[in-house]
Amino acid sequence: MAEKLIMGNEAIALGAIRAGVNVVSGYPGTPSTEVLETIAKHNPGDIYVEWSVNEKVALEVGAGAAYTGARTLVTMKQVGLNVASDPLMSLAYIGVKGGMVILVADDPGPISSQTEQDTRHFAAFANLPVFDPTTPEEAYEMIGEAFALSEQYGTPVLFRPTTRVCHGCARVDVRDEREHHIAEGFVKDAKWVIFPRLSYQNHIRIEALQKTLADVFSAYPRNEVSGSGARGIVASGVSYCYTKEALKDFKDPYKLFKVATANPFPDKLALSFLEGLEEVVVYEELDPVIEENLVRLCGKYGLATRIRGKHTGDAPYAGEYSAEQVAGSLAAFFGHPKKEKPKPDANAPVLPVRPPVLCAGCPHRASFYAVKTAMKGQKAVFTGDIGCYTLGNAKPLDMVDTCLCMGAGITIAQGLHRSEPDARHIAFIGDSTFFHTGIPGVINAVYNETDITVVVLDNSTTAMTGHQPHPGTGKTMMGDLSQKVDIAGILAACGVSHIDKCNPLALDSAVETVKRAVAHPGVSAVIFEAPCIALFKPAQTLRVSDACIGCKKCIREIGCPALAAEGKTVRIEPSLCYGCGLCAQICPVGAIGGDEK
Amino acid sequence: MKLNCLLAGVGGQGTVLASKILAQSAIDEGCMARTSETIGMAQRGGCVVSHVKIGEDCFSPSIAAGGADLLIGFEPAEAVRNLSFLKPDGCAVVSAKAIKPVTSSLSGDAYSSDGMLAYLKGTVRRLVVVDTETLCAEVGNAKTLNIILLGAALGAGLLPFSKETLLRTIQGHLPEKIWAVNRRALEAGIASQPSYISE
Repeated sequence: MAEKLIMGNEAIALGAIRAGVNVVSGYPGTPSTEVLETIAKHNPGDIYVEWSVNEKVALEVGAGAAYTGARTLVTMKQVGLNVASDPLMSLAYIGVKGGMVILVADDPGPISSQTEQDTRHFAAFANLPVFDPTTPEEAYEMIGEAFALSEQYGTPVLFRPTTRVCHGCARVDVRDEREHHIAEGFVKDAKWVIFPRLSYQNHIRIEALQKTLADVFSAYPRNEVSGSGARGIVASGVSYCYTKEALKDFKDPYKLFKVATANPFPDKLALSFLEGLEEVVVYEELDPVIEENLVRLCGKYGLATRIRGKHTGDAPYAGEYSAEQVAGSLAAFFGHPKKEKPKPDANAPVLPVRPPVLCAGCPHRASFYAVKTAMKGQKAVFTGDIGCYTLGNAKPLDMVDTCLCMGAGITIAQGLHRSEPDARHIAFIGDSTFFHTGIPGVINAVYNETDITVVVLDNSTTAMTGHQPHPGTGKTMMGDLSQKVDIAGILAACGVSHIDKCNPLALDSAVETVKRAVAHPGVSAVIFEAPCIALFKPAQTLRVSDACIGCKKCIREIGCPALAAEGKTVRIEPSLCYGCGLCAQICPVGAIGGDEK
Repeated sequence: MKLNCLLAGVGGQGTVLASKILAQSAIDEGCMARTSETIGMAQRGGCVVSHVKIGEDCFSPSIAAGGADLLIGFEPAEAVRNLSFLKPDGCAVVSAKAIKPVTSSLSGDAYSSDGMLAYLKGTVRRLVVVDTETLCAEVGNAKTLNIILLGAALGAGLLPFSKETLLRTIQGHLPEKIWAVNRRALEAGIASQPSYISE
């Protein structure tokens, strides 16, 4: 291959293939998803790749493979690691035989996440090394180094890119050569069984390993000190790129410390950097991990260097950074006057607000509308979950009252109902989320005799992250057909006594189906089955005839982005319409009809 | 070669592909290039921005305020929203067709492209407005908006590539069955008579 424009996640994937990865597992989550997809796409044929049902499962599958000596990669987003934290903490004690890299993508901003949590804390918490690439081209090289380190020291390794590295593209020199690793196979040994006595011994061992790895990382060329002067700048990840960009405009002398591995912290290299420095400023997105390590070193060695960063107000705790922000902070650090920000133009026209919305034709819109119609006039709380359907919170649907984390819709509903039994509680959950962490909540509801209704929004895909297969689709990431896991069958086996399926786009029957389920005492379920619009081509588009009386009920009730008020009437944008027909069922005068496409 | 180009639009308009084509074309001509994209929840009808940075000393993947040589606005309001990225002497190529968010339909505030374009005309030193609605109809595919805009930028002399380089990159990124329609789109963009051109 050659020098190509490659996305950070693709670079990581191609780097893992080059490093001879044997087994890859993961659960989709922005900004990590494309790593596993790229490995599947460029699979030379001998790599096993799977979307697992959740991150805990993925990590355990990866650990099992690594026990045999296979090189394994597990991928997830930062909140996925919360789900996988149980095996992670124990695996750090047990260790691995084959190189095992756990890729966890952090999302400063956050741009597509529930939290701005920092995976480097998990690294310190679990006593695991963590690699923090600055660019796609560095990530391509670094992933192989992470595998090698994991294998050499028998420890799983965290690899933690952030959104701007994952979804940034750069010129990468992709090379064709590939390492080959053949798994020896599982060798029975007491070391694979975690017991308190073993854990005590292993705790001593992994603490010692932290010291060893800190020295290894002090000599790791991607941790780099350059420059001279009495002022020092420390940066990591994409913030290092912002810092380099911002420094182009300064002539002041400085020492620069690039930190590629925040844990174990490269103490020796950091001490050599701190030597002779009066002040240091740290630029790292999310939490002050490097900053606090430097404060620790100053305390430990009695250094007078002042460490500036988040704790001193030189950089913000929340949100993502930019080159401009770093430039502003650097100006203050170097003692230059603050640059005035250009004021926004007072004459600029008012801009339209564009919150993300459910796509035109999305069956979730019909599902939410059916439940809303069925529950009109009743005291009801609608608990939501993670997926495209979180967007059901937007007006005019306004059908998501809570959203916490994967699988929490079904369980939050139960807690609400315990405390407020006179209200109806309806939990929405997508098909992929149902398999991920929804099922234990259903069992809990049945076991503890709660009166809730579970609405499964089954669109036959994992839509939000870009249409990955899941257990209900009958397809795997290896491209094979597999047995479909039946959601209704699972609900029945869990003891849900009232289960109904229907097409949400047939509005009247959908409303009746919801009413029947809600009226049923105990745990009831409705499975709304209609495919995501990305899975098919529309057979027709709808248009508004002259019969339109301009009441705009269609716009007010369902808020489909293909509908727009045009003068006194309504127009349907043909390039957006999927012909789902929901608006036609709402129009009081039958003014909306179809055109064959 | 040095160019900072910002592409601003609404999720689903094809800004990501357009930015990849620009960056890959630069790489094919021997240059360093970086891009930064909006991917994920914001793609569902939200505002999206792609940053393309071409040049050997580009470290940050994103363009700073006042740092863009060229703004390609896939939608008039999105061009206005991102004007602060443009250098004082920067150029803008903007599609005239508005995409009205459903929220503005709900609240009844009448957003039209005319006000946005009038503001751009009074603010941007070198502005090219493209009648993409007509051009998409001519090409016969609404999804080719991104390639039409690249063609219009190329036709206006604002891109440092040859038509052949862009075509080769387009073919490298798209399946063969849609090469012809995208070639027509690029040519339609190059040959288009901008509905407004300042300076």
